[in-house]
Amino acid sequence: MGESKTIKFSDESLALVKRIISRYPEGKQKSALLPVLHLAQSEFDGWLSSEVMDYVASLLNIKPIEVYEVATFYTMYNLEPVGKCLIEVCQTGPCWLRGADDIVEHLEKKLDIKVGETTADGMFTLKVVECLGSCGTAPMLQCGADYHENLTTEKVDDLVEKLRASGKRSSYLKSITNNE
Amino acid sequence: MPKKVLLEHENVPGINRFDVYRKHGGYASVEKALKTMTPDQLTEEVKESGLRGRGGAGFPTGLKWSFLDRKSDKPRYLVCNADESEPGTFKDRYLMEKIPHLLIEGMIASSYALGAKTSYIYVRGEYMYIVKILEKAIDEAYAAGFLGKNILGTDFSHDLYVQPGAGAYICGEETALLESLEGKRGNPRLKPPFPAIAGLYACPTVVNNVESIASVVSIINMTADKYNDMGIGKSTGTKLISASGHINKPGVYEIELGLPVEEFIYSDEYCGGIWKGRKLKAVVAGGSSVPILPANLILKNAKGEPRLMTYESLADGGFATGTMLGSGGFIVMDETACIVRNLWTFERFYHHESCGQCSPCREGTGWMEKVLHRLEHGHGRMEDIDLLVDVAKKIEGNTICPLGDAAAWPVASAIRHFREEFEYHVKYPEKVKNPKHFEIEPLVSAAAVAV
Repeated sequence: MGESKTIKFSDESLALVKRIISRYPEGKQKSALLPVLHLAQSEFDGWLSSEVMDYVASLLNIKPIEVYEVATFYTMYNLEPVGKCLIEVCQTGPCWLRGADDIVEHLEKKLDIKVGETTADGMFTLKVVECLGSCGTAPMLQCGADYHENLTTEKVDDLVEKLRASGKRSSYLKSITNNE
Repeated sequence: MPKKVLLEHENVPGINRFDVYRKHGGYASVEKALKTMTPDQLTEEVKESGLRGRGGAGFPTGLKWSFLDRKSDKPRYLVCNADESEPGTFKDRYLMEKIPHLLIEGMIASSYALGAKTSYIYVRGEYMYIVKILEKAIDEAYAAGFLGKNILGTDFSHDLYVQPGAGAYICGEETALLESLEGKRGNPRLKPPFPAIAGLYACPTVVNNVESIASVVSIINMTADKYNDMGIGKSTGTKLISASGHINKPGVYEIELGLPVEEFIYSDEYCGGIWKGRKLKAVVAGGSSVPILPANLILKNAKGEPRLMTYESLADGGFATGTMLGSGGFIVMDETACIVRNLWTFERFYHHESCGQCSPCREGTGWMEKVLHRLEHGHGRMEDIDLLVDVAKKIEGNTICPLGDAAAWPVASAIRHFREEFEYHVKYPEKVKNPKHFEIEPLVSAAAVAV
């Protein structure tokens, strides 16, 4: 528990946590848990260590177990370290019909890893996920906040290079490629 | 020209901004409701419109509103279900991305009808970029005086917030959504009590789908009578259909309910026909959960009458020969699609998404996934087919929430209509080991003719 002292949100994030809590009635600050976990994952290297979860618990004045049981339920929370860019390819029916398997196979070759693995340089983790609501623009993948749709193997190659060149860590809260 | 009410302005440049949206008649429904209607009148209006829940269940929206406990002295809440996760469904995402103010406007008007001082839009976590779009639109609505204290000088005040989920299909079930909004695991609640009595924070709550709430705007603007004129019978108004799969023009289309299915699939106005000049083999008409139908039965019902895009027509024939409109997730498969492999992806999905509370669903979805994996990869046995039917039967109706049924129906219907294809997988294990087996050598069974 002593380690949790080294984990602390930036002032900006702390202000945001306060604003999020104010959306709910007095005493219902636990409602802030999902958005605050997203914020924590984004700020602390793309995953939730038990120290980070304990820190979130202390911020929201709830028990650590209440954070663990939520973090382990929802698929977007990573409970282990991941590569800088987490690439998530949708594989459910409608995407499969439009060639999602070929995209996964191509990524495995291109990155020289299997689904579930991270490249040796720690740059990419490849995951397959279930329906992301992009069936009309299938096949698709998600990397952080960005949806990449109507994929072809050429588009995948371009994307991988772009992500490598940017060197940024992917986050569901921030776009890397679709800057407004 | 097809009638559009929700997506009328979808192609207007800048329609996602308040000023442009307002110039095109935006927020008129809030003015009309707050200044000329009582909350009860508005609830009556929605009842009379015949609007049915657009998330999938099709329950009358006005009736749902009328169940809200208005005698309780607790605060009331409106929660918008934007957890769109049913495979094949992406219409709410399209609507929120293109015309976010339509949802905000609907939330304000609906909250007025329900007497809700606070409302939340619960958006699936993967749509995080949509959260930003909505928050920007909400800020604009506050700045223009359509949210906050004493809206338009009336004594109605309202606050609206967006809440992200974090990846869980089950949170589309309304009580799981409420649990999640309270910062808990998305485990569906036992009912009763229904949310109308004890919902968010045990207060009276209405949970409505994005498209249902957006439709309230049309109902107020055009009046229930005129809204009622659109559609056929008990399927009134328009519906957003998410079209995907083996078609020339996948995308979101607003249709007037009653459109013939055949026209929807083949007209250039909509799906534009089957891609690559191939034949139609099967359709999942309302999201992954609804029964799959072979080409002949989706175009015409068992009596040979043309099938229409309505709640009733798609359900004609019950589960023996019919299906459901569901969420409007319209997944089309051509003659090269493997029904078994598609079904395996669906059951893998349900197994992944089962919350684990009820053993029939938690265990049953896992077994169905495993047996389908075995069949699809050439290790199946003939008795596996009836084993699947048996497991599906034992899940259906035996769980707290409908996820169990949603996992069971696709299995039962695929075997009902495409048994020959399952048998083929057992008979020719070497052939099906290639994942693209039917692309190499299409199989269309005699019972299910491709059109």
